Amino acid sequence: MIVNKSAMEMSQLLNNGEISSVDLTRAHLDRISEVDGQVKAFLFVDHDGALAQAELVDAKRRSGENLSPLAGVPLALKDVMTQRGIPTTCGSKMLEGWRPPYDSTVVTKLRSADVVILGKTNCDEFAMGSSTENSAYFPTRNPWDLTRIPGGSGGGSSASLASYEAPLAIGTDTGGSIRQPAAVTGTVGVKPTYGGVSRYGLVAFSSSLDQAGPCARTVLDVAYLHEAIAGHDPLDSTSINAPVPPIVAAAKDGNVKGMKIGVIKELQGDGYQPGVLKLFNQSLEELAKLGAEIVEVSCKYFDYALAAYYLIAPSECSSNLARFDAMRYGLRIGEGSAEEVMNSTRSAGFGKEVKRRIILGTYALSSGYYDAYYGSAQKVRTLISQDFKDAFEKVDVLVSPTAPTTAFKIGEKSNDPIAMYLNDIATIPTNLAGVCGMSLPSGLAEEDGLPAGFQIMAGAMKDDRLYKVGAALESALTKKWGGGILGKAPKLVAK
Amino acid sequence: MISREDVANLAKLARINMTDGELDHLASELSVILDAVARVQEVANSDVPPTSHPIPMSNVFRVDENRPSLSPEDALSGAPASEGQRFKVPQILGEE
Repeated sequence: MIVNKSAMEMSQLLNNGEISSVDLTRAHLDRISEVDGQVKAFLFVDHDGALAQAELVDAKRRSGENLSPLAGVPLALKDVMTQRGIPTTCGSKMLEGWRPPYDSTVVTKLRSADVVILGKTNCDEFAMGSSTENSAYFPTRNPWDLTRIPGGSGGGSSASLASYEAPLAIGTDTGGSIRQPAAVTGTVGVKPTYGGVSRYGLVAFSSSLDQAGPCARTVLDVAYLHEAIAGHDPLDSTSINAPVPPIVAAAKDGNVKGMKIGVIKELQGDGYQPGVLKLFNQSLEELAKLGAEIVEVSCKYFDYALAAYYLIAPSECSSNLARFDAMRYGLRIGEGSAEEVMNSTRSAGFGKEVKRRIILGTYALSSGYYDAYYGSAQKVRTLISQDFKDAFEKVDVLVSPTAPTTAFKIGEKSNDPIAMYLNDIATIPTNLAGVCGMSLPSGLAEEDGLPAGFQIMAGAMKDDRLYKVGAALESALTKKWGGGILGKAPKLVAK
Repeated sequence: MISREDVANLAKLARINMTDGELDHLASELSVILDAVARVQEVANSDVPPTSHPIPMSNVFRVDENRPSLSPEDALSGAPASEGQRFKVPQILGEE
């Protein structure tokens, strides 16, 4: 089946004239209508828009235009990124029916690379969550087991990849929302260095942590997508004005001989599922066989990362989400004074988790508590950055399991916020320090036969190192498995 | 410990109407969460400088020149209510 191929294989077929982008796009739209009733990855499918765009790319190709490597390949876009004229809800009732009047920079870049955008994928409301159960519309299901979560917040993007509805997807990662969904669905995702990919048009949750990034089924596909969306953007004042690291070249190279890989002592042991740890250690053995030097590294302040994150992110969220005031766009409910309308609109428009975080953030920022909570969390952020800095003086990359467990059942943790927050324990330090991270499949855990993730972390603007190590490990593991991990997933059939 | 009255005040500051049930529930839940996150205080000593942003940057400015922006139609396209080229909003100031 064409939809089972990698994005780069599709690209080659397009280049050789063996398939048109219209046919490729139609194949994915067909796949979506066949299986998305079960998976529920999409909030909106832009059927006509995608086909029109594909036709345009085919015409360009026929006229002999020089096209980007991803030209004509379909992609799924997380619903927190704006696309002009296309519904953008952020998984919230607050923005139901809103059609943004502008494109995010990521979308502008995808367009200039002639990538075909299939539609918008489901997520936890305003990207707050680890399971996609906080979407105001419906939960997305894990294609490996439809009774389980696909990770979050970007569960729609990860599920669309794992169910072959799209070969490429865009996610956003504030505390692990690209990497944890990748881990639990057997796909690959990268949180770029903070500032490496523009945040313009990414609906803000926590501005000092939010980062858009690429997702796909192979390391090389992710690399091509990463290069297509990366680079300095004057519309984002936190965008880094420096050349994009040689990402695709690193993914093609995949040579780890002589590299020093640091295993973080604090990110293993208690709380991690034994099968997940076993796969992690087997992956380390593979990297050692390829000539990498494996050493243990201590990052002693990582134990405080989760606590710092759940003060900083809610604080920034309480401030960012103040923009939803029922005045200029989005939901408006009730009558009376402006204040009364705001109160009733925000009460009806925000879900439980969003309200919880706004209130927590309002508390942490209020006078009398600011120093004890938000101020202290900012100091922990300094200590964690220092941990990374010290570690990267000794090693080239750091590694850990991406998430402590495989996918859990839908509903299993939805009434226990703390248990839910623990999913992000290994991914959060990266966001706090602004460095980059990748998750790729490490195998299937022996307890439940579900995929687990291997996380690689590198210093700011050293994103190419993720791809070097990721490509090496992927190649060794797929040789061992006799193909990609998704080949072992149960087949979804149209109902 | 965070009381139900604390939560009611925070909800007022955050402009969110909450039912009695929501206030009760959040008060107990926030107490548990605050207990867990308060551990940041264990290591946040006075000699540690705070970090607000992962990549240090000073002010980023652009050249002060005209450039295209949203048209009034685009800017108003998502408005719950509008009149002419203006957002129509509920009354903000008192009658007087």
